Amino acid sequence: MTLRARYARDRFAEAMFVLATLVVIVPLFFIIFHVVVNGFSALNYEFFTEELGSPSRAMQGRPAGLVHSIVGTVIIDLVALGMAVPFGISTGIMMSEFQEHPLAPVARLMTSTLNGMPAVLMGLLAYALVVKNTGGFSALAGSVALAFVMIPIIARTTESVLRVTPWSLREAGLALGLPRWRVTTALVIPAARAGVVTGILIAFARAAGEAAPLLLTSLGNNFLSFDMTRPMDTLPQRIYSLAISPYRQWHSMGWGAAIILLLFVMITFYVGRVVINRMEKQFRG
Amino acid sequence: METSTQESIRLETKDLTVRYGVTTGVQNVSAQVYDKHVTALIGPSGCGKSTFLRALNRMHDLGADIDVSGQVFLDGENLYASSMDPVVVRRRVGMVFQKPTPFPTKSIYENVAAGLRLVGTRKKSVLDEVVERSLTDAALWDEVKDRLRSPGGSLSGGQQQRLCIARALAVDPEVLLMDEPTSSLDPMATRRIEELIQKLKDKVTIIIVTHNMQQASRVSDYTAFFYVGELIELSPTEQVFSNPKEARTKEYLSGEFS
Repeated sequence: MTLRARYARDRFAEAMFVLATLVVIVPLFFIIFHVVVNGFSALNYEFFTEELGSPSRAMQGRPAGLVHSIVGTVIIDLVALGMAVPFGISTGIMMSEFQEHPLAPVARLMTSTLNGMPAVLMGLLAYALVVKNTGGFSALAGSVALAFVMIPIIARTTESVLRVTPWSLREAGLALGLPRWRVTTALVIPAARAGVVTGILIAFARAAGEAAPLLLTSLGNNFLSFDMTRPMDTLPQRIYSLAISPYRQWHSMGWGAAIILLLFVMITFYVGRVVINRMEKQFRG
Repeated sequence: METSTQESIRLETKDLTVRYGVTTGVQNVSAQVYDKHVTALIGPSGCGKSTFLRALNRMHDLGADIDVSGQVFLDGENLYASSMDPVVVRRRVGMVFQKPTPFPTKSIYENVAAGLRLVGTRKKSVLDEVVERSLTDAALWDEVKDRLRSPGGSLSGGQQQRLCIARALAVDPEVLLMDEPTSSLDPMATRRIEELIQKLKDKVTIIIVTHNMQQASRVSDYTAFFYVGELIELSPTEQVFSNPKEARTKEYLSGEFS
């Protein structure tokens, strides 16, 4: 092959990669653009300070906002994260570091299956486990449902990042006479921490956007609530109910809520990146 | 070197065999290692010398289909007895690897202290003392004493290897296994490690795997020649290099096969 032909091939291959990347990026920009155009007008001061209240507010054109949905999303998602992280990471450790254990293959099958399961089923599970047994819809049930969404993602990413940490690190620890659990917690996990945190962020972002599991558990609430044992509002479920409502003001607030949800996820990733970079900088020689 | 019979045996293997699945890595090796001496293990690639070494502190335990049979006695105690905890074995028989393996997330100080701190020693005065003593023993103290808080990975390759030696010494092992500890180092760093080995043998019994025969003759008191998984000859180093008992040792040393 001539040199020119090789250059041409190189440029062609590069063009294909650029094209493929554009196919990924363009729809995302389109979504963001569309959401911002439709929702920006709803984002006023009251949007962040007022509750939604009863539909009569909307009909009378009185100020209404989604402060209760924003607060509820933060509360329910963080509680879910608190529940999911210990179980998710532990399961990941089991699958990577204790591969000879009889539970490891079971855990691997379960996490793969759960990863591919529609999130509404996690809602049904939390409904059966929590709502049925406690006698009512609650924020806690919503957190449990979202934790079920997060756990398999955290477990899977933890497993894969632990697996790519060099075996020599474990051997060095074992050769010092450290027990396996100490090698795992003090050496392997810290070495893989950036990947573990990234996995947690991905799980968090994924769960933060889920509406279906929350409809059956935390239900929704038109007013601000901090009580984990009662229904609480969240942005994804609120977007859904605003969208199917008959009021024009509520439709535009739904788009506004979508902007906030997008920002929430973007800020999560940004903060995560900053945390990871700070952790990494500490040990760069 | 004719005094070998009077020296005390620290570690001894009896019919040690290591199998990987269906292949045999080490076969029926019975060897003696003398206290406070350096024993070098030499032989062509794949002869089983590293496999043998790793059997001495039960590093094969976690290998899925590695099977070790036979016995390893340390001060007369069988390290493969069912009552023996591999974690305890590895505290008594330390190991330094081919590539330096400083713990990437830990400082120089924490690297050395890891073997103690991670199993519960928290007292700062004890740790400080152990860290300084171990780094001094590993001939690294003067180079790092002003930057004990910098990451272990910020050191040069040779320094990292001495850091790993210090880390192994910190838990006060009786035997130190070294698996080609200089094969990734430049000649100057190699020389420093070799000098260090000479100094350390007053404190600890050393077994070193090396593919470099000059190194074996420089650092060791005894040399064991392995070939296709078997121990061919184990004699005082001088004798192995000047007048080997076995024809195969002689052929290997003269470069007739490798």
